[in-house]
Amino acid sequence: MTTAPSSAVPASAGEPGQFPLVLGLDTFGDLTHDDDDRADTHAQTIRNVVEQGVLADHVGVDFFGIGEHHTDDFPMPAADVVLGTIAGRTTRIRLGSAVTVLSSDDPVRVFQRYSTLDAISGGRAEVILGRGSSTESFPLFGYGLADYEDLFEEKTHLFAELLKGGPVTWEGKTRAPLHNQDVVPHTESGPFPAWIGVGGSPQSVIRAAHYGFSLMLAIIGGPPARFSPFSQLFRQALEKFGQDPRPVGVHSPGHVAATDEQAREEFWPRYLEVIRRFSKTRGFAIPTKESFAHEVGPHGALYVGSPETVAQKIAANLTLLDATRFDLKYGMPGLSQQALMTNIELYGTQVMPRVHELVG
Amino acid sequence: MTGESWSSTRLPRIAVLGSGHVGPVIARVALEAGYQVAIAASGDPEKIALITQVLAPGAEPRWAADAVKEADIVVLAIPLHRFAGFDPALVAGKLVVDTMNYWPPIDGVQEMFEDRRYGCSEIVSQRLVRSTVVKTFNHLGYHELEDERRPMGSPERRALGVASDDPVGVDVVAGVIERIGYDTVRLDSLIAGRLLEPGGPVFGVSLSRPEFELAMRVEAA
Repeated sequence: MTTAPSSAVPASAGEPGQFPLVLGLDTFGDLTHDDDDRADTHAQTIRNVVEQGVLADHVGVDFFGIGEHHTDDFPMPAADVVLGTIAGRTTRIRLGSAVTVLSSDDPVRVFQRYSTLDAISGGRAEVILGRGSSTESFPLFGYGLADYEDLFEEKTHLFAELLKGGPVTWEGKTRAPLHNQDVVPHTESGPFPAWIGVGGSPQSVIRAAHYGFSLMLAIIGGPPARFSPFSQLFRQALEKFGQDPRPVGVHSPGHVAATDEQAREEFWPRYLEVIRRFSKTRGFAIPTKESFAHEVGPHGALYVGSPETVAQKIAANLTLLDATRFDLKYGMPGLSQQALMTNIELYGTQVMPRVHELVG
Repeated sequence: MTGESWSSTRLPRIAVLGSGHVGPVIARVALEAGYQVAIAASGDPEKIALITQVLAPGAEPRWAADAVKEADIVVLAIPLHRFAGFDPALVAGKLVVDTMNYWPPIDGVQEMFEDRRYGCSEIVSQRLVRSTVVKTFNHLGYHELEDERRPMGSPERRALGVASDDPVGVDVVAGVIERIGYDTVRLDSLIAGRLLEPGGPVFGVSLSRPEFELAMRVEAA
C-alpha cells in the first residue's frame, strides 16, 4: 500500500446521484412451514423460493439475492440453479448470490455459474462474495476454518482476474495455477457487478476496494451507525488504490406485514427459535422481548414492521451510512409461504416507493 | 513485574496487536478514555495506516516490536488461530490482555486449545511464560464495546470480568476498563476466568456488576 491520502472527503462526495437507489430482497432459502405450522420439505421450500423470486420481479423489486447455506433450516446450497429458474420466468429483476461463500468454492466455477446466469438472464447477474454467517461449507468441502483469511484473499484475487474477461494467468496455494487460460462463457457486456459482503472486518473493506469490488455491509445486529466509518474507509481506500468510485450497500434482516404488531408477532417466535439454536454453537446471547424491541427500534439492525416503519428505517440508514442500496433479508425459518409472499408484495408496492420518496 | 514500570502519575501506554474486527475498536475506546495507543498488525504499519486513520484516529500504526517496547499494556487481539505462530518473546516481561476465545464452530478445531483441562487464557499464559496474562473483553461482542460504555455511576453501566493470576495485573487492567466505561468484576485466577468463556454464565450477556457477581456465584455453586 502507498501512503494514506490526507483528504477526509469521500471519493464520491460532491457527486450526488452518482449511483441509482437500488432496493432488493435476499433470502437464505429459509425453510417454510405449511398452514398447520408443519415444516415443508426442502424441495417444497426451494420451489417456494422460485415463486418468491418471480413475485419480487412482478412487484418491481430491483434485485433478488439468494445466500448459500447448507443446513436443515436453510437448505440452499445451489443458489445459482434457483436463480437460473427465476431468470427463465422473469425479464427485469437483477439476480445474484447473497452471499457466495467463495472461500470454500472454486472461483473459476463461481465465475462460470454466474456468467451462465448472466447469459440466461440477458445480463442480469450479480455476485456478492463473502463468508456470510455460514461456516458449514468449510468442513463439508474439506477446507479448514483457520485458513479462512488466506482462502478468501487468494480466491478474491482470482475472481477479480476472472471478471476482467480476458485469458487469466494466476498462481496461488489454494487451487491449480492458470496460464493464459480462457474461461468460458464470456459475458456479453463486460463484467457483471460483484460485491464483497463485510460483517465487521476492516481488512475486508480494504480488500474490496483494492480489487475494485463494491461494498455490501452485512448489518445483522446492533446499531447500524457503527458501520458508518466502514463506508468512509471504503471510499478512502478506493481513492488510495486509484479505483473508480463504487457503491455501498446494506444487507439487514427483517419482515414486513400490514401492521407493526402483526410483523412483530409473526417474526419474533421464529427469530427467537433460530437465534436460540445458533447460540449453542456461536455463543450469541439469546434475545429477550426487550432486546428484540431494541433491534426493531430506530437504533437496531432489524427491519420488522409495517411498510411505513420499514421504509422510514431504510431511508434513515441509507443516509446515515452514505449507501445507495438496501437489500432486505426477508423471511426466517418457520414462517409460511403466505407470510413471505405478503412481505414481498408489501416491499415492492409500498416500502420501495416510500423509500424513494423519503430519500428523494 | 510490569505494574512497577509505569508511575501512577501518568496513564499506562497501550499497544493493540491486531487490526481486524476487535483491535481498532479497542484502540478507539482506549483513545477516547485518554490513553496513548499504538496499533500493530503482523507486518508493515503502512498496511494499516488507512484503517487506523479512519477507525482509530489518533492511534499510532507501528511495527509490533516497536509498539510493544514502549507499552505498559499489550492487548492481544489477533485471531486465535494465529496465536500458534505468535512469538512469545515479542511480549516477554509485558502485561498482556488476552481478548481471544476458543470457538471451534467459527475458528475451526485447533490442537493447542483442545486440552480441556485448561481454559483458553491458561493455555495462552502457559505459552507466554514470561508475560503476565489478564483475561478480559472476551465475553462481550466487539460490536458492543463502543456502544455499551457508560459513565461511572450510571445505572446502565455494564460489568466486565477481569481475571489473572497476578493481582497487580488485574488492578492495572481493571483501571483501564473502568476508565473506558465499564464496571469490573475481578477474578483472582485464570482458572476462575474460565467462567468468562463461551458457554459460560456471562458470555455475550449484558449484566450490571451485582447481576454479574450473582451469575458467577450461581455457576460456581
